[in-house]
Amino acid sequence: MSWNYTVKRVALFLIVVWAAASVNFFVPRLGTGRDPIREKLGQLAASGGLRQDGIEAMVKAYQVKFGLDKPLYVQYLNFLGDTFTLDLGYSLANYPARVGQMIGNAIPWTIGLMLVSVLIGFALGTLMGALSAWPSAPRFVRNMAVPLMTLSAIPPYLLGLIVLYILGLKLELFPLSGGYSPGRLAIASVDFYLDVLHHSVLPALAIVMQQVGFWALGMRGMMVTTSGEDYITLAEANGLRNRTIFFRFGLRNAMLPQLTALGLSLANVVAGQVIVEVIFAYPGIGTVLFQAIQASDYTVINGVVLILIMSIGLVTMLMDFFYPLLDPRISHTRQN
Amino acid sequence: MSVNGGNKETLLDIRGMEVHFETRRGIARAVNEVDLTLYKGERFGLVGESGSGKTTLILALLRMIKTPGFIAAGSATLDDGTDLLKLNREEIRRVRLKRVAMVPQGAMNSLNPVMRIGDQLMLTIREHAEDGEIPDKHTQLKQVEELFYRVGLKPAVARLYPHELSGGMKQRACIAQAISLNPQLILADEPTSALDVVVQRQIMQTLRKLQNELDATVLLVGHDMGLMAQFAERVGIMYGGKLVEVGPVEDIFHNPQHPYTQLLISSIPNFEIKGEFRGIPGVGLSLLDPPTGCLFHPRCPKAIDRCKSVEPQLKEVAADQLVSCLLHEEDQHAPAS
Amino acid sequence: MLAAGICMILLVVLFGALGPIFVDTDKAQPLATTPRQEPSWEHPFGTDDAGRDLLAVMIVGVPLTMRIGLLAGTVGMSLGVFLGFTSGYMGGKIDTAIRGTVDTLLTVPGLVVLVSIASTIREEISVNIMALVVASLAWMWPTRTIRSQVLTMRERAYVQMAKLNGMNNREIIWKELFPNLLPYLAANFTNAVNWAILSSVGLEALGLGPQNDPTLGMTIYWAITFSALIRGMWWWWAIPIFFIALIFVGLLLIAAGLDELANPKQRKAV
Repeated sequence: MSWNYTVKRVALFLIVVWAAASVNFFVPRLGTGRDPIREKLGQLAASGGLRQDGIEAMVKAYQVKFGLDKPLYVQYLNFLGDTFTLDLGYSLANYPARVGQMIGNAIPWTIGLMLVSVLIGFALGTLMGALSAWPSAPRFVRNMAVPLMTLSAIPPYLLGLIVLYILGLKLELFPLSGGYSPGRLAIASVDFYLDVLHHSVLPALAIVMQQVGFWALGMRGMMVTTSGEDYITLAEANGLRNRTIFFRFGLRNAMLPQLTALGLSLANVVAGQVIVEVIFAYPGIGTVLFQAIQASDYTVINGVVLILIMSIGLVTMLMDFFYPLLDPRISHTRQN
Repeated sequence: MSVNGGNKETLLDIRGMEVHFETRRGIARAVNEVDLTLYKGERFGLVGESGSGKTTLILALLRMIKTPGFIAAGSATLDDGTDLLKLNREEIRRVRLKRVAMVPQGAMNSLNPVMRIGDQLMLTIREHAEDGEIPDKHTQLKQVEELFYRVGLKPAVARLYPHELSGGMKQRACIAQAISLNPQLILADEPTSALDVVVQRQIMQTLRKLQNELDATVLLVGHDMGLMAQFAERVGIMYGGKLVEVGPVEDIFHNPQHPYTQLLISSIPNFEIKGEFRGIPGVGLSLLDPPTGCLFHPRCPKAIDRCKSVEPQLKEVAADQLVSCLLHEEDQHAPAS
Repeated sequence: MLAAGICMILLVVLFGALGPIFVDTDKAQPLATTPRQEPSWEHPFGTDDAGRDLLAVMIVGVPLTMRIGLLAGTVGMSLGVFLGFTSGYMGGKIDTAIRGTVDTLLTVPGLVVLVSIASTIREEISVNIMALVVASLAWMWPTRTIRSQVLTMRERAYVQMAKLNGMNNREIIWKELFPNLLPYLAANFTNAVNWAILSSVGLEALGLGPQNDPTLGMTIYWAITFSALIRGMWWWWAIPIFFIALIFVGLLLIAAGLDELANPKQRKAV
């Protein structure tokens, strides 16, 4: 990997973050130079969504923070500075909670749930999709394409409602909502972790089901192409074991585009499964976002959006850096 | 070993080989009642237009015909009595490379793009080792470097990926892989297509040298008549899935007996036997709707009435020369030219 | 596959088109009937907390959701076709600029951006504005895929022939490229519609939809908000899910069928 490429790629990442932050700054101010903070606080107070005693302290805090008497460009530069130091300000609805703190509390839940389910879904789906396109796989595996396609077509939150109803409500196998049992102390103990695990089964199941379909579908297409490649034919002619050809020649090559997609998807999980969290009242970032939307808590909404965009940009960048390790044909050094 | 050396030991005996493809419009006989004997240590060239069944024949020997194709009948017996067409999955797997190896057609794309060349060779060798007999990494690497030396590659190539190799180098790597277990029979399917002329010559020389060292039989498939003339000792001509003529290379080129072979030879530019043939006049053959009698009769300039109804059989017309044509069944002494 | 998909979508369309003849759509308004009724002969799909008859809600809501998808899909696809053809056919700096922009924007998570836009204009959202919000992101993927398709088509023999015959760029695009890409474009359009419906339902389920129109997503939002699940009112959420799944799978089958038409190579595989 060349130094030159690294610098360019990091610059691209910073540009994306800057653009996202700028949109976040200017869109609410697009009107006639109004004071977005006070205006929104007013709305909130009017609809009773805000504790009155917090308002004055908060307006003061914001005025100091943003220097609202200063010219717009100074405000903008301050805002950018805050963004890049991850200072996201105060929550409008829950003053004096800080946005960064709220997101920080929620992120481990989201990452834990999403990362595990997406990886399981990816592994299962990739394998099933690859097998469904492999000529010497059993017939029943090759006939799985249609049900897998159907699964991938249904959004995970809808699958979530269904599993919640059947496994949670009717069979009472799993708790209906939350990340852990209410009243239980969130301390690191085996009991607590088991409880967390128990709570995560249903939301994870919903995501895994949809992810399996999604990855299987993509993998199937890639595998159809790959299984016709000359190197597969030669590997067979050379008497390699079917299993070896499948994994090290077929799967390994067909998976390359899937891995790029996985990078994007890992980043998108946080965003994409927001609604699953809402349905299961899971204490992750999706629920934070949902509550913020319900309370018109714009600083929190903007903060979540910004963090999501940043994390996705970061993961995509890392994927770009690591991809040459997986595909020797791609190289970031200049070739002659 | 020369063909005329008298002492000809049979390596592979193909009898009544039939490969069919099931299509919506009926069954296509891609390989049609082929009888062919290959001798130990000889270089045999198989020539035919595309679609004549020569590649299918090779794939059938390795039992790599994929649905909708299948081997419908026949036998292919090695010198120890093993019938390639009767082996089960694991048995045929063990025969591949160890006894019958293949040098691929498209070397450009025949190596796994995400594996280093050396690793691919080592993996292939390991897959054929008995459990518990897998040599250590160092021994494997030595073996690969030795193979590379024999095909004219530098040891450093082992650490490279396919995309870092030229076409010729890739084909050498494929040849190194093919000879890694000292096979008795090497099937080479147009091994030099897509290579430039100079590299073609080098590759063919390498293949010839290795064939000599291993005393292996090479079955070379292709349509480059010049290459065939230089490389093969005996040549077989295929048309429409049938073997129509087999004979020593000099006889095929200078005294062809089958009308199809005659047309083939005469379509080569005269000044030297070089270049590819460009096919011959007439409508190509449809395997789905083959003509009755001799498959070639609609295009044959010498066809007689009987050709429309009677199917000719491969018969010896001269020393070592076999022809499948009614003209020769009528009168064995009159050459058809 | 194509036929099965078209049948499913036709069924959904007929439901929305013929429904008003048999059912009074006024019952889709709150307080129209007795609330919290299980499905019965009188209310085949039951009623919700606010006294809406869910059969009437579906008859009104299904076409609304389809409209959002079609509108957003059309806008996104038109932009995508225009930019994709320009980028792929013209090449050069225009191509670099368009491709760069699309590739950068594609790394930004769509739903999050939509959330941000929709929450800013939340009070003003109507069905049509909803479609526009979704359309603002629906053009990127078509642009990208159409561009690469045009790029390969451009090198084909018949395009080169047309050039030699003195056709100008516009003629080549309209007479040669466009007709040949038609099945491909149709598949792309179906995907764009599918994506638009998925996004709009997602936004609506978060409450960021037209507050006064009973689209499928909004129905699910109300069901979630009023804890229909835990209260055992399964019909409230299961019925819109059924319709959404029907639409999704139908569109997916159509897209897959069209894809097969566009690349005969894939046919062997299936």
